[in-house]
Amino acid sequence: MNAPIVNTGLMNEIANLSLSRRGFLRGLAAGSFVLATGIRPARAQETKYGAEAMSGGLKDDPRIFLAIADDGTVSLLCHRAEMGQGVRTSWAMVVADELEAELDRVRVLQAPGDEARFGNQNTDGSRSMRHHFQALRRIGAAARQMLEQEAAGRWKVPVAEVRAERHEVVHAASGRRIGFGELARAAALRPVPAADALVFKRPADFRYIGRDGVALVDNLDITTGKAVYGIDARIEGMAYAVIARPPVYGGKVKRFDATRALQVPGVVKVVPIEETPIPSAFQPLGGVAVIADNTYAAIKGRAQLDIEWDDGPNAGYDSAAYRAALEAASRQPGKVVRSNGDVDTALAGAARRVEASYYVPHLAQAPMEPPTATARVTAELCEVWCSVQNPEAIRADLSKRFGLPLENVIVNTLLLGGGFGRKSKPDFASEAAILSRALDGRPVKLTFTREDDLHNGYLHTVSVARLEAGLDAEGRPQAWLHRTVAPTIQSIFVPDAQQAGAFELAMGAVDMPLAIPNVRIENPPAPAHTRIGWFRSVSNIPHAFAIQSFVAELAAAAGRDPKDYLLQLLGPDRVIDPASVSDQWLYGEDPKRYAYDTARLRGVIERVAAEAGWGRSLPQGHGLGIAAHRSFVSYAAVVVEAAVDDEGRLTIPRVDIAFDCGAVINPDRVRAQLEGAVIQGISLATVGEISFKAGRVVQSNFHDYPVTRIDGAPKQIHTHLVTPTGFDAPLGGVGEPGLPPVAPALCNAIFAATGKRIRSLPIRDQLA
Amino acid sequence: MTKFIVNGSSHQADGDPEMPLLWYLRDLAGLTGTKYGCGLGLCGTCTVLVDGRPARACLLAVGELEGRAITTIEGLSADGMHPVQEAWRQLNVAQCGYCQTGQIMQAAALLAKTPDPSDTEIDAAMSGNLCRCGTYPRIRAAIRQAAKGGAK
Ligand code: FES
Ligand code: FES
Repeated sequence: MNAPIVNTGLMNEIANLSLSRRGFLRGLAAGSFVLATGIRPARAQETKYGAEAMSGGLKDDPRIFLAIADDGTVSLLCHRAEMGQGVRTSWAMVVADELEAELDRVRVLQAPGDEARFGNQNTDGSRSMRHHFQALRRIGAAARQMLEQEAAGRWKVPVAEVRAERHEVVHAASGRRIGFGELARAAALRPVPAADALVFKRPADFRYIGRDGVALVDNLDITTGKAVYGIDARIEGMAYAVIARPPVYGGKVKRFDATRALQVPGVVKVVPIEETPIPSAFQPLGGVAVIADNTYAAIKGRAQLDIEWDDGPNAGYDSAAYRAALEAASRQPGKVVRSNGDVDTALAGAARRVEASYYVPHLAQAPMEPPTATARVTAELCEVWCSVQNPEAIRADLSKRFGLPLENVIVNTLLLGGGFGRKSKPDFASEAAILSRALDGRPVKLTFTREDDLHNGYLHTVSVARLEAGLDAEGRPQAWLHRTVAPTIQSIFVPDAQQAGAFELAMGAVDMPLAIPNVRIENPPAPAHTRIGWFRSVSNIPHAFAIQSFVAELAAAAGRDPKDYLLQLLGPDRVIDPASVSDQWLYGEDPKRYAYDTARLRGVIERVAAEAGWGRSLPQGHGLGIAAHRSFVSYAAVVVEAAVDDEGRLTIPRVDIAFDCGAVINPDRVRAQLEGAVIQGISLATVGEISFKAGRVVQSNFHDYPVTRIDGAPKQIHTHLVTPTGFDAPLGGVGEPGLPPVAPALCNAIFAATGKRIRSLPIRDQLA
Repeated sequence: MTKFIVNGSSHQADGDPEMPLLWYLRDLAGLTGTKYGCGLGLCGTCTVLVDGRPARACLLAVGELEGRAITTIEGLSADGMHPVQEAWRQLNVAQCGYCQTGQIMQAAALLAKTPDPSDTEIDAAMSGNLCRCGTYPRIRAAIRQAAKGGAK
């Protein structure tokens, strides 16, 4: 039947979609789902911001996303990838609340890639809740009103006399009640209410939104091993592959001999993969694939390949030499990307000048689940099962690669075992598809070993920041010169791109909020010699590290308390016009709603200082450090207590983080993201480093690319959510903004504890 | 050919005896709850119990498992009601969840041997299990909670 809110049979199909119901997508597309017209009021031609500005836009028709079965089970299609941020749970909370459904009767299904149907699906930039909260409320409210109208119609009473309540519609006057399941089929045939006819719940009546302690919808599957991640896809008859990729970016296979690889029992085929010339974007690097009956045989076979590489133009990439080159570049003027006042004159007239240079190395995201994809590609149909943050991107790629219409490319997003930006780049899905095609349509699972993940990644950039300030007699900076030098993410798309993109500069460099009269920010060029990619919080990492360390250095130079000094530099509360600081990005958001509000940064600084007991007396060898940073339109401040013993061993007894992301939808997941951001921030500050020699990544696995373990994690992490401003206020991001202030807060704490200033990450043995 | 028990059922591996148990479980037996993270014993995502003791499945060749009894996450409890699994759910420990099957197996082994571990004992027992999402504070709390639950 053509019900907008749909029958059980159809929903079972969706449930099984991730394990391939060939043709189901088309069946669905032929139904009424695609007839949805959307319920937002049409907008005239204004500049678009936020979700509206993203590919595929924003959809909020309940018929696309919701189904209610005869037994009342609500099915919600989640079209964003779940990678640990909790989107599946948090979205279900919002819809269930506005729908007046019981959350434990809501089943969350994962939508395949299809932006024409679902709207934008690119799960990055800490946007999923920020962009969809109001749309999810509309979806829930519209469906609730359709159910209420149906019940009122049956009872022949005015719709104003009935209301949905806990999975039923109730007519209080007569005491009648009827379950959602009984109403759903007929309710689905009713028109979807117009946007201005929607009635939302009052926040005081929310049962899930803003409430703590809601259980994760995937808890049982995760704790019993039933959760299906990208690496867990099992498709009938599939083979298993690994690839020997060029160890140097832009390298090629000169010659290879597969004889011995083919002798390994279980090896089925050896397939060369064409290299993509630099810049390779999201396309495969090329190399030689070994396909076998199981992963182990493929790995064993690969070890027997005899390959001679032509390393190409990046064969000389060497991290020590490159760092020296970045430092040299930072001593020369660069492209001016923000200028206020007259920095040169103010520097010349300063009572005192302070300068410092900071270094952050390459980092690998290293999600615990390495990139993996399974594909089945025949002449007519391409199906992929994988853990990608951006399923539509790979869908478009594969459609082009195989000359198939978009609707014949099905990308099923499975759970991501962590993403952190690595899985925004779906090169691995293309590789799997190429290999399946090479086996005439036999499904192939392509796994990155951990070594592959580190050797052939899309790394966080490597950066030098040189800062110089001119202080007046009171120790206040009158001039601020910041040179940021780092290879850009744009280099994977644009040949020889050497300047930062507007988005990279707007992640903490140009949007530096301190009230300093003369500011110049420059961006000297930096060539890329490896694939540069997004890493959780991206350019905010080096920018926050440099700026928040430097402010503490200035405080020390001025003989001031770092927290008081930071607040003084922040200046009077004000909203910063992005144009006034040459911020051309603002995270893609509307300046009217999202301009930098310094009062909110002050708020988190004051809160975290109070909660952490700033100024309390500490044992010998302990110190407190503070740092604050806005990113992804949320505000975060961190106080770290560091302890350094006589041997230079660092421990972290306590971290406090205060956070203002506007309204908090799922407090438990916000706290979890902050806890995780603190630990990932400590990990990159203390031990994280990827380096190159002879064009190759030096590190290969977790022994030489360590990430923080439980015994290196802070003994205590306290998260403090700043009281929300109401649910109609603009939401900020959550997944990333907790991370940037962590490294500078830690290094500031180490300075307080020891007097030693860390300017180069990772800290590793610098305290010994 | 080697014969061993997995979650109470008998298995026989007649392929490459060097194949790590990890790939046998995942690719041949279809038990994908045991995860790959490093292949070198560095991350603990592949943790299983061998005769009740925690072990890294990526380091165990199937050829050496004759007569052993393996428990994977799928066999830790019939219905997911092991106290460690329950505590993990009560505290919403998981973020992405990928490392958590290994964490749960390691924690279950810890509590079987040390029913009321100190914080230091928890960190020591769990330090071989990486979590890139940073769920360590909740892992500690969940182990303490499961220990309390087990004691009552
Ligand atoms: S996969 Fe076995 S310890 Fe990492
Ligand atoms: S929960 Fe994601 S790696 Fe541990």
